[in-house]
Amino acid sequence: MSLLVEMNDKAMKLGIPLSVHLDVTYRCNERCVHCYLDHDDKGEMTAAEIKNVLDQLAEAGVFFLVLSGGEVFMRQDFLEIVEYARRLLFNVKVKTNGVMIHEYEARRLRELGVEQVQLSVYSHRHEVHDAITKLPGSLKRTIDSIRFLKSQGLKVTMSNVLMTVNRGDQAGTHALAKQLGVAYTLDPTVTPKLDGDTSILSLRVEEDNLDELFANPELVGDVEEFCAPPVPPDEDVMEGYSCSAGHTACYINPYGEVFPCVQFPLPTGNLRRQRFADIWYRSPQMQEVRSIKVKDLTVCSTCSHAGTCTRCPGLAYMEGSMRGPSSSDCEKSFHRTGIPSANMLRKAGMASGGSLIQILPMTV
Amino acid sequence: MPDTYIARSTAIAARMLGGEMMIMSAVDSTFFTLNEVATVIWQAADGRTPLAEIVEQRVCGEFEVEPEVARRDVEQFVSELSRQGILLVSDQPIAEAKPGTAEAQ
Repeated sequence: MSLLVEMNDKAMKLGIPLSVHLDVTYRCNERCVHCYLDHDDKGEMTAAEIKNVLDQLAEAGVFFLVLSGGEVFMRQDFLEIVEYARRLLFNVKVKTNGVMIHEYEARRLRELGVEQVQLSVYSHRHEVHDAITKLPGSLKRTIDSIRFLKSQGLKVTMSNVLMTVNRGDQAGTHALAKQLGVAYTLDPTVTPKLDGDTSILSLRVEEDNLDELFANPELVGDVEEFCAPPVPPDEDVMEGYSCSAGHTACYINPYGEVFPCVQFPLPTGNLRRQRFADIWYRSPQMQEVRSIKVKDLTVCSTCSHAGTCTRCPGLAYMEGSMRGPSSSDCEKSFHRTGIPSANMLRKAGMASGGSLIQILPMTV
Repeated sequence: MPDTYIARSTAIAARMLGGEMMIMSAVDSTFFTLNEVATVIWQAADGRTPLAEIVEQRVCGEFEVEPEVARRDVEQFVSELSRQGILLVSDQPIAEAKPGTAEAQ
């Protein structure tokens, strides 16, 4: 077991929030077609408020800190916030579109000891990327910033979201990452907007694209292992938890609201009125999230994928119940292994009008 | 023999977790955990207190260990962390640095 896994297990047992994702702003200079945020500023925390939050997070034991947005550099005080976070010795990862990063910003991020910078790139073709971000020239500016960051020796990851509008460009985007000498991640997840609007889900790729994705060794490693049929869940799985949200991780938005995860819009408290530790340890919502074991899941507890599924409780929550299934993860499990999930079988049964109770006629 | 001074590098991330110190190097992402004794030395590494004093007062004073054994173990520990770049060692007191300042580079 790696040291990091050991530490994560220890944090889980002790109830320590090892990782926090903090969005410092929702403002953005891009208008990505798949973005789940409202970019209007509704009174984001000041630098002083954020520093106070960071003090509380350090005190609570947070080690990994993701600073994201919106676009983080829309805040003129962003580097001041990073500097403060690093003085508190957080492991800091910055998510950005990079279009405002030039030589100075890259150098400061390196001087401050930022662990990693993750930039969003949706295509190697300018016309496709710029159409997604709705910011002309954005791909060029993002690539320029990757070069500035690389020249400083920073670890850079290019992250792509696979959608209907860029599905043909995956290989080219991956090749661009290789050419720039940076890591590459690809995610086929498009989530509903935080206000519940599901219109952007039409950008989700079709099933054929998932099959292709999961059969690509450059993306998944050992395809046979990745696509192996699920092992029947044992007692350890049933007594375990499906995700770190609310257990060792949480999300804070620019207005000080705390959620179990960035993809789990269940409000648990507000740092403008409450201490972080009070929300983390005593919020009824956080405690409820924390109480749910795999065996408590309404459909997934009966599913053969229970031990290997990437089930997101936040997506399940947005679908209707934090104890229910997350259909997009059901689809991923199915396309990965070829074996339908319990939720898919249940839906198919309902669609075919199957009766709830099957009665075998008695033969005399 | 000149005194030896030790100071924590600022090119790291660090946090206590259940009595153990977690440290990650910002240079190469190497991850360390320090046991209870090592954590005491780490916390005492302020750049101003001579290492001999840390051994005598913090290690021998707080743990049941012979001074000679403690000195040898601490030197080995300091040498290892210094090689990894997460502890600075000097025969002069080391000024406190903060991430992003010239001293931290």
